[in-house]
Amino acid sequence: MQASQAVNPAPPSPRRTATVRGLRHPLIRALALVIALLVLLPVTVLVGVGLTGSGEDWPHLVENVLPRSTLTTLWLLALVSAGTASIGVTSAWLIVAYDFPLRRLLAWALILPVAVPPYLAAYAFGEFFHFTGPVQAALRGLFGWQSARDYWFPDIRSTEGAAVVLTAVLYPYVYMTTRVVFLMQGRNIADVARTLGARPGTVFRRVLLPVARPAIVAGVALVLMETLNDIGAVEYLGVRTLTFSVYSTWLNRGSLEGAAQIAAVMMVIVFAILMAEQWARRKQGFHAARATHLKARPPRARLTGWKGVSALVAILLPILAGFGIPVQVLGRFAMRRLDQLSDPALGDAFLNSVLVAGGTALLTVAVALLLLNAVRLVRRPSVLALARVSTIGYALPGTILGLGLLFALARFDNSVDAMMRSWFGWSTGLLISGSAGAVVYACTIRFLALAEGTIRSGLEKLPRNVDDAARSLGCTPARSARTILLPLLTPAILTAAVLVFVDTVKELSATILLRPFGFSTLATHVYENASRGVVEDGAVAALLIIATAMAPVMLLSRALMRDETA
Amino acid sequence: MRTILARLSLAAILLSPLTSGQAGAADVVNIYSYRQPDLIEPVLDAFTRETGIQTRLLFLDKGLEERIAAEGINSPADVLLSTDISKLVKAKEAGITQPVESDVIAGNIPSEYRDPDKEWFGITRRARVVYASKERVDADALSYADLARPEWKGRICIRSGQHDYNLALFGALIAHWGAEKTEAWMTGLRDNLARKPEGNDRAQAKGIYSGECDLALGNTYYVGLMMTNEREPEQKDWANAMKVIFPDIDGDGTHVNVSGMAMAKHAPNRDAALKLMEFLSGDEAQRVYAAQVFEYPVKPGVEASDIVQSFGALKADTLPLTRIAEERKAASEMVDRVGLDDGPQN
Repeated sequence: MQASQAVNPAPPSPRRTATVRGLRHPLIRALALVIALLVLLPVTVLVGVGLTGSGEDWPHLVENVLPRSTLTTLWLLALVSAGTASIGVTSAWLIVAYDFPLRRLLAWALILPVAVPPYLAAYAFGEFFHFTGPVQAALRGLFGWQSARDYWFPDIRSTEGAAVVLTAVLYPYVYMTTRVVFLMQGRNIADVARTLGARPGTVFRRVLLPVARPAIVAGVALVLMETLNDIGAVEYLGVRTLTFSVYSTWLNRGSLEGAAQIAAVMMVIVFAILMAEQWARRKQGFHAARATHLKARPPRARLTGWKGVSALVAILLPILAGFGIPVQVLGRFAMRRLDQLSDPALGDAFLNSVLVAGGTALLTVAVALLLLNAVRLVRRPSVLALARVSTIGYALPGTILGLGLLFALARFDNSVDAMMRSWFGWSTGLLISGSAGAVVYACTIRFLALAEGTIRSGLEKLPRNVDDAARSLGCTPARSARTILLPLLTPAILTAAVLVFVDTVKELSATILLRPFGFSTLATHVYENASRGVVEDGAVAALLIIATAMAPVMLLSRALMRDETA
Repeated sequence: MRTILARLSLAAILLSPLTSGQAGAADVVNIYSYRQPDLIEPVLDAFTRETGIQTRLLFLDKGLEERIAAEGINSPADVLLSTDISKLVKAKEAGITQPVESDVIAGNIPSEYRDPDKEWFGITRRARVVYASKERVDADALSYADLARPEWKGRICIRSGQHDYNLALFGALIAHWGAEKTEAWMTGLRDNLARKPEGNDRAQAKGIYSGECDLALGNTYYVGLMMTNEREPEQKDWANAMKVIFPDIDGDGTHVNVSGMAMAKHAPNRDAALKLMEFLSGDEAQRVYAAQVFEYPVKPGVEASDIVQSFGALKADTLPLTRIAEERKAASEMVDRVGLDDGPQN
């Protein structure tokens, strides 16, 4: 108290001192609670649906379905996290620490696969590596084989194949989170270690990996949740994960209750992932001291000769797999359908996609900021737990989450309608359900984890004393958040907004369930045109999805690049 | 302030389609559909030309019944279009449909393809047939039972056993044979598979073309679609590599499934909906389905397309369709139990 008075020419009132310690923020806490409840609404409804079930599905599930699909899911999660972590970390390190031809171009090209929806990547890989695709055709030409029985070729339609596909489009999450850490701190620490005589390998293993661990874990956690909620890719590739079991229980065995029960089991897995992430971040005390952005930093080590070539290959391969293959396959089909470009429905779908994705990005970032600010101000475990649980929707299959929301919204709409009818004699009909607002609501719930995780990573890198200092100078929490935290968090907020935008543009399953009449996004347009599981007719719109998602990614990486060269 | 205004206007834009969703003018009919828009649009356009009634289509891939049920009395849905008998029955059982009295429809659609309680009606039939390699298969006649015989070991391709089309076939077999015999058959089929079930019906045709398999299960209309695919002419090669065999179930005929329609319980535009349903059962719509989508019309007297007729004559199984829907759950559990989707094990 004395100290703060000494610093501050205008001594703060005792009430303000209390706020600095974060004891009372009833408004923020109430707001955080309301938001968390709104976000958790569909999950709660689903748990309710699960509880109404009799459990009669379980003998069959336990005996014939769950052991296998749980193992498949865990194996897939293990493979995808290993794949995305190694590709993401390696490429991030190469880009940050070394100099080689095309480095600056590749730094942002590495993000591109994030623009490709997993279901399209699965389709493209299926085509590309199929008997009739270019790879096997070339092999046959080379070796003179005639039919598929003359040789063995790995099957993309397998758990391992699905892992390759998902790794190819999901590794950018790890690349992005890790690269930021390497940029902010990695080189400084690595430079110090190197001047002390450590060899590059040792520096990487002993110094950089531990520093980057929380970022890697944060990226992998996002990847795991994307893998867990995916239905399009695994269904196409014939991999029966838990999500697949959720759908077959609901649709083929007519038990939405049983499906909700499996979904509840999945949420337990997610909760474990979230806890593991929390645990991995527990000692993240590596706050970047911004002052270490020295001009006198040693130049990037130049990789030449075979080293340069291998670095180039290591970086090009994931880009080619996650972006090159889908664009090549879809491009070939799209070239035969360029007339579709003049279809006005495509323009509408594009506009709707941008609107929904833009609205979702704004809303999601706002909600994430509010929750995180509440956590930062109100240092209570209950608030922290609430904020973390709010992000659980990310791991649920989109249709299932959408159903939960649909039930809740329709119940709300019909109650309002019944009330208005009996009181005033006019019907308000379905106010929210069946509007585009419901789609934005669903996407916000789905992708809150993306925004929350990204901004939280940024927040944790800021020294705690930044806003404490401001507030000890008499700044209100709102003002210090606005004037101190927000500007420092701008890169993280931009990244979060772009990630949510991109994921919303790709989103299909919740959108198709909740949208109103005549409302198509690019993703639903692809699905509608691709009649009977034939994606070719949707190829033009599919490429437009990728392009729409790419645009903000490119802008973002340019913005981040400026940051890097500064 | 400016940001608040911006947000409000954004909210207004996002909520705007809602108002149009509420319109209940008499010259509109709202359709909730499991069928892809491009397959029904030609028919709907013809309907609008003839009656002046506009149509609005909402396509869903999953959860259509749940959505209508949740929307309750305020649901804008007038007509449901579905691709599978089980989904029609599910809609009826969920209590989201209503009986439709129409002499026109009753006259157009034979009784075996409509609900005795008049709550759903078949529009087209799809036969589940065997695709066989022209080069490597000599047989010209096969039964479903034959697919489990050891001579086909390592030679058969199918899509996932959990797909609607296969579940309907397995349900029909359970209804004919009983669970035990069907399970033995499914186990035999599993061990005859050339690979793990994957892809759609077209992918099976592709498998025959590539030499991965000699026999495959598929719906008839895929063959027509492949044969006439001008954008991907290579698909004509896939179709030409195979012949269509109509298998039967112990002499009772080939398994057929229907795509169909129902009227929503709280249909706000009942009269227009009735007109649409009558139109869909009539000559013009039935002809479009036959010619453009290669399905079998349900209306007697409307011919299948020339391509489909070239496969040979269809003798459809006479099992009541509702029996197929009744056995769906049993079929799905059997697929899991047998491990059909795991591919061959012995």
